[in-house]
This record gives sequence, structure tokens and C-alpha cells, in this order.
Amino acid sequence: MADAPSRQVADLLRPDLAHVAELIPTGSRVLDLGCGPGTLLRHLIDERGCSGTGVEHDPDMLLAAIAAGVPVLDLDLDADLGEFADKSYDVVVLSRTLQTVQRPSDVLAQMARISDRLVVSMPNFGLWRHRLRLLSGHMPQSRELPFAWYDTPNLHHATLVDLERYFATLGLEVEQRIPLTEAGRRLRTDRGANLVAGAAIYLLRPVVTAGSDA
Amino acid sequence: MGLVETRTARLFTPDAPLELSGGERLDEVIVAYETYGTLNDAGDNAVYICHALTGDAHAAGMHPGERRPGWWDNLIGPGRAIDTDRWFVVSSNLLGGCQGTTGPSSINPATGEPYGLDFPLLDMSDFVTVHRRLGEHLGVRHWHAAVGGSLGGMQVLEWELSHPEDLDRAVLIASSSRLTAQNIAFSAVGRQAIMRDEHFNEGRFAGDRTPDVGLSIARMMAHITYMSEDAFTEKFGRSHQYGAPSRGFGVDFAVESYLEHQGESFLTRFDALSYLYLTRVMDYFDPFSRPGALTRLRQHPVSNLVISFDTDWRFSTAQSRRIVRTLESARVPVTFREIASPWGHDSFLLPIEPYHATIKAFLEYAGVREAARHG
Repeated sequence: MADAPSRQVADLLRPDLAHVAELIPTGSRVLDLGCGPGTLLRHLIDERGCSGTGVEHDPDMLLAAIAAGVPVLDLDLDADLGEFADKSYDVVVLSRTLQTVQRPSDVLAQMARISDRLVVSMPNFGLWRHRLRLLSGHMPQSRELPFAWYDTPNLHHATLVDLERYFATLGLEVEQRIPLTEAGRRLRTDRGANLVAGAAIYLLRPVVTAGSDA
Repeated sequence: MGLVETRTARLFTPDAPLELSGGERLDEVIVAYETYGTLNDAGDNAVYICHALTGDAHAAGMHPGERRPGWWDNLIGPGRAIDTDRWFVVSSNLLGGCQGTTGPSSINPATGEPYGLDFPLLDMSDFVTVHRRLGEHLGVRHWHAAVGGSLGGMQVLEWELSHPEDLDRAVLIASSSRLTAQNIAFSAVGRQAIMRDEHFNEGRFAGDRTPDVGLSIARMMAHITYMSEDAFTEKFGRSHQYGAPSRGFGVDFAVESYLEHQGESFLTRFDALSYLYLTRVMDYFDPFSRPGALTRLRQHPVSNLVISFDTDWRFSTAQSRRIVRTLESARVPVTFREIASPWGHDSFLLPIEPYHATIKAFLEYAGVREAARHG
């Protein structure tokens, strides 16, 4: 993997997406679940020789992705991932979307079926700022979690520690972790990420257990 | 768009006949078509419009003296989703039709009589052969897109599978890669209504004795399948055509009057034999079942846009999703959107903003292939 995204890439892409792009080998076939306006895929297609498909359900985002010339499917992540064949993509990305799906375990299991390289990012509820807000008696709000508790697409919250335990129970091995600052830049050090990271990006590999189909 | 006219071209002649996929041939094929916009010098800004079962070449603009524009005028025109300031749009009446293109009611040059049931059975690929020839006739070197709804989408699918190198983009709206048993059942009843009409006469119609009863019943029934239950409820409810109920077996409910009108007006523009021939092409269409069906398209990927409507129960979202799944698993670029609309299958003819915006965005993004070609 590259050490850091090139300056040019960083200028083009939101910083956290540039770090997601780092985890995607050149020429990969990429499935981007919750692709938004297709920014990541457009970048990967133009600059990295990738091909792929986005999945998005929001009408405005869909239209933006289509206008960007990104192949995008209007599907429901909770219901429709069965449309994709086993191991049909080199990489499957779920960027800042896990917290919005109804059944994260099902979505991650589908992802592990579709690809053996999963890139997942999620806001960190354990960020010190969030903890302070709770201590002061209020629900956390921040750049990563900008929504009021009563009006938010986020159905689930987790600290990085909880999230990593959860991945382990699903048979997903963390191959690489990129903790990000609240601005979406890479933290200088991995230590204390659960306290200081606004979010983290994970490269996950399904653990191949004896007797499994794989 | 202003006034337009339907023109004709003699695309196949005894010297260069149309060889049909079934092995038979037609010594003469005349095609009715319209064009809108201007073909560029490279000959590659063309968009082909494939019409549905009962459409015709007159997709947009006005004919002199008529009050209604073409059937897809809300989609095609200057600044519209299919922008005639950008694209050279070609719309033709398909082979086997009855609106100026050679079909079963045309005169068979060998006998001087209408073909009737001697007209050969057609295949989706025959439509595409004729479309491609019309493109050559008009000087089109490459198609920016082929666009079609319902049966039109089936033609687009056939085209991209058989000659993907012709096209950059394919737009398949409310379409199907394989009719369901229910779809075939509806078509079968329509055909039976026609063939059991006392004037059917084995397809040799005597003078003005045509199977009008059968054709209008076929149309009435089909029309029910083109609308959603909610659309019927909203449009008619249980209201009576003449205010108060007039109990009996005549037309009483408003919906009955509407259907009767649909059946009657259909007779002025459609031909019973074309109805048989064209519906049968749809029944047999199942291109993904052919061995190596996707081989050519894999080698020359065409960008696909597949659109369905949530209340369309005739060509449902499930049928569009089957196309999407097949193309996606073959690694063909495909975009899919289900549009919310209360109107059922007929939605593809209506000006629904997100639907038109989707087509416009898809046709107008600057693709890699175009950039490479023009670069």
C-alpha cells in the first residue's frame, strides 16, 4: 500500500475517501455500497484503472452519480445485496454507511460473500469529545456525528473497540486500520485511537475457517 | 420542436433483400422514419428511438394539421431529456408494423396481394437488422445511444447483445429480457380475440371486413395491464359515465366507456395482423438463454441504463432487475433506477421529472469512450 495519498488525490477527494482509495489496488473491480455521488468510484476509474459499481438509494445522490458517469444501482443495502454473485468483486467498500443500515451483520456477511477484501469506515462514538458531551449530560454531536438524536440516519453507534470486537465475532479479520482525525486526515499514531479518532477505516478479510465453502 | 414529417426509405430490394433470422427473406422493405436534430460531421451523435408495441415513427414534434404531438414528445426535443440540440434522433416504425413500414398487411410483390399470414414470422434481431440499415442509409457511423420502452427496450437489448460495437449507451425502460407466463397469457388472449373474430378469415381480410371486434378487445384488455389499479381508481373510481347508474349490460361505469374508446380509437391506427406478429416476437424473446449470449457485449461493453416503475405490474421491477443482474454479473456497466410513479407500465410515456432527469444525466455525461474517440 502507498504510505499516503498523493497530494493531487488529496485535493480531488475528501480526505477520508483518499485514505479509502489507498486500500484499493490499482485495476480492481470495486463495489461501493452507499456510494453517494460516486466520487470515490469516479476517482478510481479515472486515476487508478479500476472498474466497478456503486449502490445508492438516495434520489439526489443517485442522480449525481449518474451525471458523473458512474454505474450505480438503486438498491436497498438491507434487502438487495443478494443480487451480487459470490466473489464477484475484488474490493467491496462500505464508507460511513454501516451505522445507517438496519442489520449490519447481514450486510457485512453479504460483503464477505461478494468479495474477500472489505473496506469499511465508521464514525467513532468513543471520541473524547463525544465522551465529554455525555458526561455533561448531552448526546454527542460533532463533525462526524452532526445529527440531532431525533433526526439522524445513524441507527447504530460504536466505539472503535466495540467495532473491532464485533468484526471478530463475524469472522472478519482486521488487516489494516487507518484512524482518522475529526477532519478526516490520518492520525499520526495509532495509539489511543479509540479516544482521539473521529472515525476509522478498516481493511477486513473474511477468516477462512476449516470446513467452510471457501 | 416544430413541424416534422414522416419519411420513407426503401432499405431492402430484390437485389439486396432482407434475410430474416428465421431463414426466410423479404424482397422489399420500406421503412417509415422521422429524424430530429442534426447529425454531426463525425456521424456519432445519433440516438435511436425504438418504439413499443403500438408506437410509430412519429415520436416527437407536430405533423401539419394535427393537434397532438408525437408519442414521446415530452422526452424528445430542444433542451429535453433527449436533447435535439445535441443529438440526432432517429425514430422508425418497426418491421412488421402498420404505420408505413413493411408488415403483414403490405402488398407482397410476388402476388400483388397483401401478405396476410404468408408474412414470415419475425424475430427481435430482424428489427435490429432493419434499424442498423436505416442508420447506414442516414449516414450514422456510431450510435451515442439506443433508447426504448417496453418492446422498444427489448430491441435495444437485442441490439447491444448482437452488435455492441454500434452503441455507446443503451437505455432500457420498463422492459424485459424474457416475458413471464402471465405476460404471454395476456398476449395469447389478445391474439385469440383477433383470430376468433368472424372476419379474421385466416388473415385474408375481404375489403373492409377486418377483425375489428377482436382487435379492439385485444387492445382493451392490454390497456388494463398498462395501468395500475390505483391509476384506474384515481381516474374513474366507480363513477358512472352518464351521472346516474343505468343498470344493464351496456356501458355504464366510466371505466367501461374509457376502455371502449381505447378499443375503438385503436382501430383507426392499428392492424390486427401486426398485433399478432409483433406480440409473438415478444413472447419468444429470451436472448440471455442463447449460448454465449453476452460474449460480444463483454468484448465491447455498452453502458446500460435500466429503469423500472414501482407500480408497473406488466413489466415489473423484477424483470428489469433480471436484466441488471445478468449484465452486472457479466461485468457490463449498468445503472439501474426504480422510479416511483402511480401510473403503472404507461409511466414510461409520461413526463415524470426524476425519470426524465435520469435519462438526461445518463445521456449527457462525458464518457471515456467518447473522450478517447474525440480526444
